[in-house]
Amino acid sequence: MFEWFGKVCYSPHTKIAAFARYLKDGRIMASRCDQCGYRSFPPRADCPECLGGDFTFEEVGGAGRLLTFTRIDAAPAGFEDEAPFIVGVVDLEDTGRLLAWFGETVPEEEISMGMPLQVVPRIFEETPEIKVYYSLERPGTSWVKGDSA
Amino acid sequence: MADSTSSPAGPRVGVVGIGHGVFGRRSDASVQELAFEAYREALQDAGIRPAEIDASVIGAVPEYHKQRSVGGVIQEYLNLNPKPTWLTEVACASGSAAIRTAWMAIRSGLHEVVLVIGCQKMTELSTAEILALMGRVGDVQWESVFGTTFPGYYAMFAQRHRHEFGTTDEQLTLVAVKNHYYGARNEKALFRKEITVEKALASDPVASPLHVYDCCANADGAACLVLAAEGRARQISDKVVWLDGLGCATASMSVLRRPELTGLPSAVAASRQAYAMAQTTARDIKVAEVHDCFTIAEIMAYEDLGFCAKGEGGAFIQEKQSYIGGSTPVNVDGGLKAKGHPIGATGVSMAYEIVKQLRGDCGERQVPDADLGLTHNVGGIGQYCFVNVFRRD
Repeated sequence: MFEWFGKVCYSPHTKIAAFARYLKDGRIMASRCDQCGYRSFPPRADCPECLGGDFTFEEVGGAGRLLTFTRIDAAPAGFEDEAPFIVGVVDLEDTGRLLAWFGETVPEEEISMGMPLQVVPRIFEETPEIKVYYSLERPGTSWVKGDSA
Repeated sequence: MADSTSSPAGPRVGVVGIGHGVFGRRSDASVQELAFEAYREALQDAGIRPAEIDASVIGAVPEYHKQRSVGGVIQEYLNLNPKPTWLTEVACASGSAAIRTAWMAIRSGLHEVVLVIGCQKMTELSTAEILALMGRVGDVQWESVFGTTFPGYYAMFAQRHRHEFGTTDEQLTLVAVKNHYYGARNEKALFRKEITVEKALASDPVASPLHVYDCCANADGAACLVLAAEGRARQISDKVVWLDGLGCATASMSVLRRPELTGLPSAVAASRQAYAMAQTTARDIKVAEVHDCFTIAEIMAYEDLGFCAKGEGGAFIQEKQSYIGGSTPVNVDGGLKAKGHPIGATGVSMAYEIVKQLRGDCGERQVPDADLGLTHNVGGIGQYCFVNVFRRD
């Protein structure tokens, strides 16, 4: 089901495919190695520390700060309709980093380095197939609620 | 960890021949014809016959060519069958990877004279195909799904550099102004005209804060070197330039797993290896070719290579320290920015320029007393970096 992730998904086959289902349910998941506890976001199936291959998904809070950003005017194939769009890299409070688009709660003129942000799971509403992603929003923006726990 | 800076036993390796085609939109030539232009020049420069070549290494990025396994068609067109050949690929650093493996082949004693060809035919692809490739330069699983682009990544480095060190858009632009100044004086360059800060700042936005004039252009082209073991090298040439220091390092594919975004850790590591192996320091480098795929990339290179302190790259270009006459002249052939960037050819083109500088053959672009030169060739956004140090007798 990882093909659900992203407007254009280039890599549908992965051992962490359930990430997309969790995202559809409104949860952003990191991985924790069952053997040594190594934690990673983005999640990964294989532990680079102890080489273990078993892991458990763990939810991350989604709060973080803006590390850097850019407004992309020249868009690649599949994103022409979105251009111009702004992507940002966020240092998550929990663990790791994440790259995503800014959502509507953060106007372009308010974007500044280091600003606090909330990562919010989203569903593309204009596509017939299931397509999920996450966006960077003003802190306090509510999460999209999934219909299953 | 093995010490990659120690010198294994084996012959010293030198450059005895160099060749370079004209970079540009070469709708007049196929990839093997481009390779031949550089090959012809290199063999004539070395004064050797094809039969004296023991093997060839080709640096190119396969996804740009319609011809699959491009090494085969080049080896045939050069009439080098049945001599061995193989291809090296590390994105925009593929040419330097070819040089490194040629050095290894000679140092090991396996081959004595090895041809290196860097080549790329980029304009065979349609705009749609280019745009599709452009969308897959980053980590496709977590980043490309948000439409990230190559300029977009360097733009995010530029934002960080501006934020932490106060680097200005004008300082970024001054890199392009310098490289166009020298490109205008290089007969092999794609863009042969000077630009102004005003014109560059007014050019179309690509990915903020980068404009069109902050970005290098795709091009077709090829460059070629003949490398040889010391004994053979001295027989072939009386102006051998030695490849005495080699460095190579990697960094994460994903920008999400980089410790900081104001430099390339692979460039820092690779340069320290190369300096140690050549028993030299950044201060002694008289002329450098660095990977200015974007203006911010050249500013970060000044710092990563140790030409100036961290955070002072903007001031370094503003004070013209990277011009001829400054503390370390950089990209005085126009760099990727003005010369054009046929990705597989670029690393070999850099080596071509440094050898020419160390021979004293660069005319009005000649750096005085150039006896030690450096190339810095980056793949992607620093996923790979190769730094080589060249020395003349």
